[in-house]
Amino acid sequence: MNELIKKHSHKVNEILAKYPPDQKQAAVMPLLHLVQQDAGFISRESMQAVAEITGVSTTEVASVVGFYTLFHAAPEGRIRLQVCTDVACDLRGAKEYLEKLCAALGIQPGETTPDGLVTIEEVKCLAACDRAPMFQAQMGDELSYHENQNVDKTLDWLSSMTASLRKPESKPTTAEEGGKHE
Amino acid sequence: MSEIFLLRNRLIPGLNQFKVYLENDGFATWKKAVTSLKPEDMVNEVKASGLRGRGGAGFPTGLKWSFLPNTIWPHYVVANADESEPGTFKDRELLEFNPYQFLEGLMLASYAVRAQAAYIYFRGEFWQIAQKFDERIAELTAAGLLGDHLFGTDYSLRVYTHLGAGAYICGEETALLESLEGKMGQPRLRPPFPAVYGLFGMPTVINNVETLTNLPIIFGKGVPYFRSQGTEKSPGTKIFSLSGRVNKPGNYELPLGTTFRELIYTHGEGILNGAKIKAIMPAGASSALIPATEAALDTPMDYESVPTLGCALGSASVMILDETTNASDLVNDTVHFFAHESCGKCTPCREGTFWMSRIVDRIASGKGKKEDIDLLESVAGQIQNKCLCALGEFSIVAVQSAIKNFRADFDARVES
Repeated sequence: MNELIKKHSHKVNEILAKYPPDQKQAAVMPLLHLVQQDAGFISRESMQAVAEITGVSTTEVASVVGFYTLFHAAPEGRIRLQVCTDVACDLRGAKEYLEKLCAALGIQPGETTPDGLVTIEEVKCLAACDRAPMFQAQMGDELSYHENQNVDKTLDWLSSMTASLRKPESKPTTAEEGGKHE
Repeated sequence: MSEIFLLRNRLIPGLNQFKVYLENDGFATWKKAVTSLKPEDMVNEVKASGLRGRGGAGFPTGLKWSFLPNTIWPHYVVANADESEPGTFKDRELLEFNPYQFLEGLMLASYAVRAQAAYIYFRGEFWQIAQKFDERIAELTAAGLLGDHLFGTDYSLRVYTHLGAGAYICGEETALLESLEGKMGQPRLRPPFPAVYGLFGMPTVINNVETLTNLPIIFGKGVPYFRSQGTEKSPGTKIFSLSGRVNKPGNYELPLGTTFRELIYTHGEGILNGAKIKAIMPAGASSALIPATEAALDTPMDYESVPTLGCALGSASVMILDETTNASDLVNDTVHFFAHESCGKCTPCREGTFWMSRIVDRIASGKGKKEDIDLLESVAGQIQNKCLCALGEFSIVAVQSAIKNFRADFDARVES
């Protein structure tokens, strides 16, 4: 039996009920969101599961995963910190903010901290132009906005988040990471 | 006297709570429509109101509705909540703080074109907002405002949310439809237009969030009241998203036809640190960089006047540049934005935006030569008028206007 249905049969049916019975392909994106919410990223196997449910090929599902910025085919940091540096934010110092934040974390945009907790990404317009600098945090499929930021404020938030992430599952962490938040 | 049609949440605290919205005549218009109005009369009323699409194109809403053929069923209504034009953050405020007025508008539009299912397409970043809408839709269904046989009539309506996943192109209505159907968000060839062949191949109305939020005002308070704001050809109010180098960035709902000067200096309280204003981008990253001359500042912001400056009003996301800003740096931002967001379907846009991004990077790094500026202009010219949708066109507007109006800023970045 399909793994996704086995695990989330109620939610899968709820999603399918939104679209006409002969238009199952429309459920591809909501099902991918469901997978990502659960696993943090979308594996080959999950793409197959979504393809089976919706009656399209796995290749078509993979092309959808590849097309959209918020879908991730590989596991990266548990927290994806996405900083907008587009026109309006740039006009209010977002690039300098991103640069300093990266320096503080010791990584470049697109990279993940050695403990696997934080990935920084540079993104374009999140509809919060009047409250720049800002970032969006993506954890699994949950998104939250953080506006009117400065580096200290962001680092404070990050340390409280990473502390709580370390507790329940106690993923192996490298010693160097803690110091970089100072 | 300036009226508030849309950001009523700023006048009525807690308007994003169902109870508060109901206490303020909420859904009274919806009940009146379903129980006593004829759909075709409603289409005519929106035509008479002169309401124009607030997503950017400014197309007359009533006319758009009237294109749906009555020989093909079912009809669908799709709300475009994919707000992603850089500099635009108006729909987000409506969706968070005045969501029921938007929903009532969506429902009125659905009844007017006799659609029994409506979808709200949210940009993926509006995940939290979309979750709340699922709760609100359940609330409305429980209250008998959505569902089967509404108010004892034979009309039924269901509203569904659908979440995108980060793609600017999905704001383009045919790309949005592709995305809603579970595909990559690439624009369709038109004709046929969505009014005839839209969602799942059926006649479909796609309206922007702000457009729909106007409808409870038009049907509730009447066309003359709606027309009391704005100009003859651009009636009503508009939410202007003001950002960039101003003291008070934010959303301002003002009558269409208000001047740039009033927006920037009265509402935005002028330029940061008392600097001199340099240029205006009236339609987000898709706009021209308009030199902020006295004449430009005195131009009324409506669908007819702004184009006289060489730029559309678009979604009215007004970004301000001051004298400390180098126009070529801004162009670097817009070019990279469009290169990232090009869907890859049309070669001139996919390749052109890529090559423009290489050139602007060279200029930004200080390694560019004077010829690079001409090359940039030439590549932009190669993209022009060669793409299926507007994205390719949008990608060159800032480039061409910045080189034309602020060439010295580019010269300052290249080797002489």
